[in-house]
Amino acid sequence: MRLTRRTALLGLASAVMLGRASLAVAAAPTARRLIVVLLRGGLDGLAVVVPRGDPDLAGWRAPLVPEGLLDLGGIWGLHPGLAGLHGLYAAGELLAVQAVASPDRSRSHFAAQDTLELGAAHGISSGWLNRAAALVPDDGPERALAVGPAMPLLLRGPTPTGSWQPAGGSPPPADFYATLRTLYRDDPLVGPALARALDERGLAAAALGGADPAPHGGFAALCAAAGRLLAAPAGARIAALELGGWDTHVNQPARLAAALRPLDEGLMALRRGLGDTWRETAVLVVTEFGRTVRMNGAHGTDHGTATLALLLGGNVAGGRVSGDWPGLRRSRLFENRDLQPTADVRSLAKGVLAQHFGLDGAALDRVFPASPLAPPLPALLRG
Amino acid sequence: MESRTAVALIRFGLGRRGGEPLPADPAGWLAAQLDAADPGCASASAAEGLAALYADRREQRAGGHPTRTRDLFRADAAAAAALLLETPTPFRERLVWFWANHFTVSRRHGGLEALCFPFVQQAIRPHVTGRFSDMLLAVARHPAMLIYLDAARSIGPDSPAGLRTHRGLNENFARECLELHTLGRDAGYTQADVTAFAALFTGWGLGREDAAPGFAYFPRRHQPGAATLMGHTWPDGEAGGVAALRWLGTHPATCRRLAEKLVRHFVADAPPPETVGHVASALRAGGGDLRAAALALLDLPQAWQTDGKLRTPFDYAVAALRALDLPAERRPDLTAVLARLGQPWMAAPLPDGWPDTAADWADGEMLLRRADWSSAIAGRADGVDPMALAQAALGPCLGAPTALALGRAASRREALALLLASPEFQRR
Repeated sequence: MRLTRRTALLGLASAVMLGRASLAVAAAPTARRLIVVLLRGGLDGLAVVVPRGDPDLAGWRAPLVPEGLLDLGGIWGLHPGLAGLHGLYAAGELLAVQAVASPDRSRSHFAAQDTLELGAAHGISSGWLNRAAALVPDDGPERALAVGPAMPLLLRGPTPTGSWQPAGGSPPPADFYATLRTLYRDDPLVGPALARALDERGLAAAALGGADPAPHGGFAALCAAAGRLLAAPAGARIAALELGGWDTHVNQPARLAAALRPLDEGLMALRRGLGDTWRETAVLVVTEFGRTVRMNGAHGTDHGTATLALLLGGNVAGGRVSGDWPGLRRSRLFENRDLQPTADVRSLAKGVLAQHFGLDGAALDRVFPASPLAPPLPALLRG
Repeated sequence: MESRTAVALIRFGLGRRGGEPLPADPAGWLAAQLDAADPGCASASAAEGLAALYADRREQRAGGHPTRTRDLFRADAAAAAALLLETPTPFRERLVWFWANHFTVSRRHGGLEALCFPFVQQAIRPHVTGRFSDMLLAVARHPAMLIYLDAARSIGPDSPAGLRTHRGLNENFARECLELHTLGRDAGYTQADVTAFAALFTGWGLGREDAAPGFAYFPRRHQPGAATLMGHTWPDGEAGGVAALRWLGTHPATCRRLAEKLVRHFVADAPPPETVGHVASALRAGGGDLRAAALALLDLPQAWQTDGKLRTPFDYAVAALRALDLPAERRPDLTAVLARLGQPWMAAPLPDGWPDTAADWADGEMLLRRADWSSAIAGRADGVDPMALAQAALGPCLGAPTALALGRAASRREALALLLASPEFQRR
C-alpha cells in the first residue's frame, strides 16, 4: 500500500512521540520542508541582529550601527531593512542564533564555504544537505532542489537532486560589475567601452553608491518560485538557495542595506509562495563566517569568525535571540578581532534535522560525521 | 608557464583545456599538429544535408512543419563543438575555422542550414594543410557555396539552356571569389573580368534531387567559347573554370591577401608589412601550400609577443569552455552561447565573414554579455579552484589586479566568473 501524505503526516507525528523516529518515518513520506539559504560572502551578523545593549559595541563600530533599529527585546535590535523579518519575529516565527560558526577558521571565503556546505572541514566530498536528503522520508522523484543558477556544493552528492532556474537566468551580483569596471579601467582596448556600457546599464554606479543596485526581482523571484515548487504535493521536500553581496569590506552600511533588501523581500516571497505549507517549513539562513568586530579603515569590516544564523518557519520556536552571547569585551574576542564562536553551525543544522525530520543520532552522524563536539541544539521547533 | 607556451596554447590554439599537459617545445607542438591526422568530425555529408533539405521542402509544400534540416544542423553543431572543446590539435582546428570564415557560407541564406557544417567538413577541413587551390576548388563545387553565392543559378545566356529560358549570368560567386576568396579588390580586375569569370562557371550546379544530389556540371548551361580573365584566356567547358581557379589560387595577389589575413588573425590587427611578406613568400614558394603558410606564421617573432588579439565571441566561448572542461552532459549548447554573445554560429551577415579586429568586437554591451554569461556558466563548474584555473588558463598573461580580485572574490563562483570576464581572458 502506498502511503498518502496524510497518513505520512500522522505517522511522522506518532513516530516522533514514540522516540524511534528514523525507523518509523523511513517508510513514511514527510510533509515537512527544509530550505537552506546560503549567504555567500560572510554576513556581518553584528550589524543585522545588533547587540545594541552590549556596552562595548559603540567603541568598536558606532558608525556601523544602523539607525532606527527594530526592537527584538533584551539587548537586541534588528536592522531596519528587515521589516518583513521583524514581523515574523513578532509572530514568533523567526529565531535568531548569535555567535555561531562553522569549524573553519581560515577566514577564506572558499575554504569556509566548503566547510559550511560539506559539513566537515575535510575528508568528505558530498554536501550535508545532500546526505540529509537521503535520510528524509520522501517518495518524490527528486528529493532536493537547487533553486538558482548554480548547484551549490551543499546539495551535491549521491542523492538525486534537481535544479530550477527561471528562463533567462539570474543577474550576477552588482559587485561583480563594479569589480570588472576596476579591472578594465586601465585597459585602453576594452576599458572605455565597458565603462560606457556599464553606465548605460546603470548598475555599477548604483552599486558603488550603495543605492538599489541590481534588479532584486532576481532573488525574490527565485524565492517565490522555490515556495511554489515546494508547496506542490509532489514537489521536493528540500531546497537550497544562495544570495551574495555580503563581503562588505568597504562602505558597509550602504552595501549591507542593499544586500538585506532582497533577502527580506525574498524570504517574504518564499513564505507567500509556500502558502499553508509555511506551517510545515523550516528555513535555515547561514553564512560562511562573520566579520571583524572592529570597523576597518574603509567604513567596512574584514573577514571574521562567529556570526548570525536565522531559522524561520511556521513551526519555529521563534520570537527570540538565542545562543550563548559571548559579549564584545576585548578579552572575549576571538584572536583579538572577531566575535567568539559559542556554537557550531552544525549543532543548529543537527537540531533542525532532528526536530523537523525526526532524524536520530545515528542519522545525524551520517549527515555530520565526526562532530561529537557539536551536539544538536534543542528546542528550535515548537513540536 | 613560459610566455611562448602561453602563446602557443592561447593564440595559436583554442585556449588551454583544463589542466592539460603543457607542451615542452611550443613551436614544435604547433608544427607537429600540421602533420598530425585530422581528428575528424562526425558531420553529415552534403548529400545528407541536401536530402534533408529536399525532404523538408516536400513536406512543407504538403503543409507540414518539418525539422530535418534544423535537426541536422543541431547534431552537426554538437559534434563540431565537442571537437573544438576536446581536440588534441587545437592549432589545426583554429585553422579549420579561420578558413571556414574566409570562405563564409551562412545559414541566414535559405536552404543552407543543413549544408553549413558539411561544407566545413568536406570543403575546408581536408585542405587546411594542403594547397589553397584544392580548397578553393572544393569550395566552388560544394553545394553550400553553389547555393550561397548563386553559382547554381547562373546560366550562360548563349548556352542552349540560356537561349531556351532567356535566363543569364549571375555574377555573385565570380565577384566574391575574386574580391573575397582570392585576389582582393585592389588587384586590378575590371567588370569585364568579373563577367568573363562568371561565364567560366556557368554549368556548375546541383544534380537532380532525385538522381544525383550534389555537384554536377551541366554542359547545356555553359556559356560557349573561351573566356578571357585578366589577360589570360581559359578554355571552354568545365575545365576552364577549374583552370582559372587554380591560377587564381596561386596568384601573387592572392598569396599576399591570404598572408595578410593570416597575420591579422594570428599576430596583429594591423599586420606589419614584413610579416605579411614572409608568409606571402612561403605561400608563393609552395604554390599556395597552406601548411607552409602556417609554419611561416610560427617563424614571426611578433607572433610570440603576448600583447594579444581581442578574442571574438567564438574564440572567447571556446576558450572559456575549454578552460572549464565541463563533462559533456553539463556543457552548454555552443550554438546558443554564440548567439547570446553576438556571433551566431554559421550565420555571418555577409559573404566577407566575421571581422577579425578588436575594433569590431570591443563593444561595451557585447563585453558585458560575456560578463553576464561568465557569471551564469561559472555556476556549472564543479569543485574548481579559480586561482589554479587562472594560472592554468592564462599563465603569465594573468595580471596582478585580476589575481588580487580573484583572491578577494566572495565565492568560488564569483571568482570563476571574474576570471572568465577579466580583460586577460578576452585576449589571445
